[in-house]
Amino acid sequence: MNTTKPKAMRDLIIEGVRRKMEDDKQIFFVTADFGSPALDLLRDQFTGRFCNVGIAEQNLINVSMGLALEGYTVFAYAIAPFISMRAFEQIRTDLSLHASFKKLNVNLLSVGAGMSYDISGPTHHCLEDLTLMRMLPHIELLSPCDANSAVACLDFCFAQASPKYLRLDSKPLGDIYTSAQDQAMTDGFGVLQEGSSVCLVSTGYMTHSAVAAARRLSEGIGVIDVFRFKPESHSALRAALDHYDGIITLEEGFVGAGGLDSMVRGLIANDSKRKRTRHLGVKDHRFEGGGREYLHHLEGIDEQQIVKTTLELLRECRT
Amino acid sequence: MTKPTVDPSFLRSKAAWVRKKVIELHGRSPETRIASSLSPVELLVSLFYGELLAYDAGDPMWEGRDRFIISKGHGGVGMYPILSDLGFLGPEELEGISSPGSRLASIPDCSVPGIETINGSLGLGLGMATGMALGLRGKKSTRNAVVLCGDGELYEGAVWESVMLAAHQNLDQLLLIIDHNKISMLDYCDRIVDISPLSEKFRVFGWEAVNVDGHDIESVHGTIAEQLSRRNSAPKVVIADTIKGKGVPWLEGDSLCHVKSLSPEQINELLGRSR
Repeated sequence: MNTTKPKAMRDLIIEGVRRKMEDDKQIFFVTADFGSPALDLLRDQFTGRFCNVGIAEQNLINVSMGLALEGYTVFAYAIAPFISMRAFEQIRTDLSLHASFKKLNVNLLSVGAGMSYDISGPTHHCLEDLTLMRMLPHIELLSPCDANSAVACLDFCFAQASPKYLRLDSKPLGDIYTSAQDQAMTDGFGVLQEGSSVCLVSTGYMTHSAVAAARRLSEGIGVIDVFRFKPESHSALRAALDHYDGIITLEEGFVGAGGLDSMVRGLIANDSKRKRTRHLGVKDHRFEGGGREYLHHLEGIDEQQIVKTTLELLRECRT
Repeated sequence: MTKPTVDPSFLRSKAAWVRKKVIELHGRSPETRIASSLSPVELLVSLFYGELLAYDAGDPMWEGRDRFIISKGHGGVGMYPILSDLGFLGPEELEGISSPGSRLASIPDCSVPGIETINGSLGLGLGMATGMALGLRGKKSTRNAVVLCGDGELYEGAVWESVMLAAHQNLDQLLLIIDHNKISMLDYCDRIVDISPLSEKFRVFGWEAVNVDGHDIESVHGTIAEQLSRRNSAPKVVIADTIKGKGVPWLEGDSLCHVKSLSPEQINELLGRSR
């Protein structure tokens, strides 16, 4: 077992960007006055290719787009609800629209997925970004759940010159994958556990809850982690889901609003044998103290509720 | 950059020709914003015919070009005759404006050679140009990033995010030209939310600001040339005092001229055509 303290994904990614900047002079890092220990190193080392635009997410995207037009690979860094929603129109116009015409390698490092800024309250939660970024053409949507998948996402940022939204947890999370997932990036998901009847399909932090819930269930429950929402083809994911009778989607975002649940529903809609489904996610935006797990309990998306829902669905699938 | 000297009568005749073509194009495509497109004609003509912008019509994305963004996209119809005249577009493309398959919409976009970006969503162009100027400086390019905004566009808060950043970053390769025609969509700006005093606002934010009569093409040309040549660690703004709907008596002075179209009869009369 790995006993070293896990690093936050953002620090791993920024450290990876910093190392790459040493060789590649065409990388620019822009922040909306948002920091991290890893960023302190980067901004000291590359004063000419680092820019803090201030708490101004709209300008963050406008400036990043201008830099990308000049040929730079750009990393734009800010807090999730603000980069995705304060600057949504800039993401739509500058990046999504322009990507029809231009190569724009702008990578939005969006930190604070779901309720990861739990006690900061609802302004700092981000329950909408899966929906919003799924909706926009030409924006890759990446949602890693651990260090190895985050590093694979970073490799992908360098390899593919397109706008991307990286949905990153603010908290250090334990390892789910034991190796880099570069190979899996083509398909966009990882099978964490093979099952026979019911499969849990999750993304980001919820993958940790899914794995924990599956461990508590004696029966063979499948667990699939989705970390790339818009691969060229979903055929591999469709095939991986094919043999299941029941599917439960898990997301730390609004349910029934166009996020992971909609994506999976779309994939299985035309299956010859109809699958039974449950969709766990946030229904209403409320807030109390008590931390993330407590909030998940209130929303019915905690481990206990996942186990309960899975047992129900198992029973249904047998009847 | 050495300041170009250009025959003012050449620029004046080009401006008259562009204004006529804008009216013609409006006749073909009545949804184009005619009043907004007539106020910046001398500004566009100075930039493109006055040797103020480096460009290569045969290679529109040539690295050595100056970057030009029309952030007030509705007022960009004048770009089409200019780009056609300079060889970016075939002359036949003008005829087909807004027709199926045409690249020429009422707001220019970057499918058109010579147009850098898609604008018309107001308040984005200055930030894009700020990023370009940062990038140009990073690449050690001496080229300029020039952006044309409307005055009504200054209501957008994102503009001021860019104004602050450009000054803080000492982006002296950035030039903002404001088509100060005083009228936004529904009324005169000073009756909507007063934006004056403009030059003082920019100076307080650390910009170098100059005012010019936006229809005196010799002054426009000289002023922009001067501002583009200065490297003094400050971004520049040229505030061009213009008249919305310039040259069309049915538009000038009408507080609602932004949303007015001309009738075929009015267009014929303006172009001196008999019916």
